[in-house]
Amino acid sequence: MSTLAAAGLGVMLGDRLVLAGVEAAFATGQVTAILGPNGAGKSTLLACLAGLREPEAGEVRLDDQPILKLDPRARARRLGFIPQTPEIAWAIEVETLVGLGRTPFIGARGLGADDHAAVRRAMEACDVTAIAHRDVTTLSGGERGRVLIARALAGDPQWLLADEPLAGLDPGHALDACGLFRTLAHDQGRGVVVTLHDLSLAARMADRILVLTDGAVLADGPPAEALSPQVLAQAYGVEARLTTGEGGVLIEIVGRAG
Amino acid sequence: MSLAPKRSAVMAALTVAMVVLALVSLAAGRVWVPFAVWFRPTDPLWPILFDLRLPRTLLAVGVGASLGMSGAAMQGYTRNPLADPGSLGVSSMAALGAVLTLYLGMGAQAPWVIAAAGMAGALAAVLLLMGLSGRSPGVVTFILAGVILNTMAGAGVALALSLAPNPWAVNEIVNWIMGSLADRSADEVAMAAPFMLVGCVTLMFTGRALDALTLGETGARSLGINLDAIRWILAIGVALATGASVAVTGVIGFVGLIVPHLLRPWVGARPGGLLIPSALGGAVLVLAADIAVRLTPAANEVKLGVAMAALGGPFFFALLMRMRRRLA
Repeated sequence: MSTLAAAGLGVMLGDRLVLAGVEAAFATGQVTAILGPNGAGKSTLLACLAGLREPEAGEVRLDDQPILKLDPRARARRLGFIPQTPEIAWAIEVETLVGLGRTPFIGARGLGADDHAAVRRAMEACDVTAIAHRDVTTLSGGERGRVLIARALAGDPQWLLADEPLAGLDPGHALDACGLFRTLAHDQGRGVVVTLHDLSLAARMADRILVLTDGAVLADGPPAEALSPQVLAQAYGVEARLTTGEGGVLIEIVGRAG
Repeated sequence: MSLAPKRSAVMAALTVAMVVLALVSLAAGRVWVPFAVWFRPTDPLWPILFDLRLPRTLLAVGVGASLGMSGAAMQGYTRNPLADPGSLGVSSMAALGAVLTLYLGMGAQAPWVIAAAGMAGALAAVLLLMGLSGRSPGVVTFILAGVILNTMAGAGVALALSLAPNPWAVNEIVNWIMGSLADRSADEVAMAAPFMLVGCVTLMFTGRALDALTLGETGARSLGINLDAIRWILAIGVALATGASVAVTGVIGFVGLIVPHLLRPWVGARPGGLLIPSALGGAVLVLAADIAVRLTPAANEVKLGVAMAALGGPFFFALLMRMRRRLA
């Protein structure tokens, strides 16, 4: 088992405090969803966890090693990251894009047989094999989302960190992606950390939920605990009703709190 | 339909075209040199072949490959199909470096001074470009930074011209700046070729990083790419390849713009995979253009740089029109 832990994370953007002493530890075998209103610092926290941003205070440790001290290539092999609204600059094929996930493994010679096998597995897992030879710039938002998840999985990472991976997916594909994240964590023992906006999907998918407001952790625990009406009122300023249904916790937003 | 599998076929075709055009380039001109002359060292045409045509042909291949690959690398790095050593001001800064040595009369003493000054100008341009455009620049930022560099270099050259000590110096600078492969000696080729070669080989090390940059800077960093190191490798590669080219031939624009753009769909658009085909394509384009200017019936040979600009201007315009929706 592996752990990813943030201790006393503080990040400034200009003169704004984006993260103010965030303490959070994540473990493999679990799906953790980071929730919070716009501007709460979710993306910044994820970038710090991925070792892509140096915090002004505190540090992130991967199995007790400071993540910024790791060799970038070694880090990239263990930790896959999907940025929010990722840019795709050129009209490459889906398979080529997924193959970019092998970057930390390849030398100057390009992809080998192992790499191609890993790319195929990742495309199958994300159900994009049928569109392997499509031009990525012609994909729908949902197809693009799945291709980008496949790209991250092609590196067979122990950790998968994804910033808003469900944005732009229709309910069916969003559920599929949730199922995939759960499989990756529960059956394959990876650590999955995602930021989300959809409360009900988060409640269904995540084993654990971390609610961030104003750069600090407001709640941290299993969905039913972390997403209490009090937390939602404080985080989002909404009045919410929680019911336990067939698929887990259902969250109904009644209106503005207040 | 698959986009990519044709890459080897494209490279093979470009190589064949390059060899054929190189042979034509040795034979063609005001005086037609038949292939039989190759084996007759006593033939009066022998010096034309080996002292005039051979350096010119080698230079066309070297300059074309350098500019084509520099353009492909710069487009890959900036994720911008309008980037090339010409449009981003690298060529004109290299020219400014070389012109200053011509102006100061240092070039006459030692030809390597011109090459060194050209490469220094190109390196300064690439570093200024990266400094001016900052981190994660947009498409427009890079082009504007290029406009600034082109303007500054143009002003510097104009200043050198207006202060030139005598009309011959002016003539020399003007002739040189228009860009041509004519009357270059074997010594000049021998001086520039190693730098072009080292520059191109250096650029080939950026392939994996350029591929990863398809996902943007954050995406590339998350894949373990060290962007600071790549910036330096790219800057040095472009400076050596473009600087050495400009120092010997003057400014030949648009090669680095046109070639990667035309080849991109044929090689699956992967920026790293575009580097070598663009070098081959650049050599083919410059060889063909140089043969064309030689065969154009005119009292004075049309300068290659002028011909390329006449061809490249409308191309750049068409490219911009097609990109307009994306830029808006």
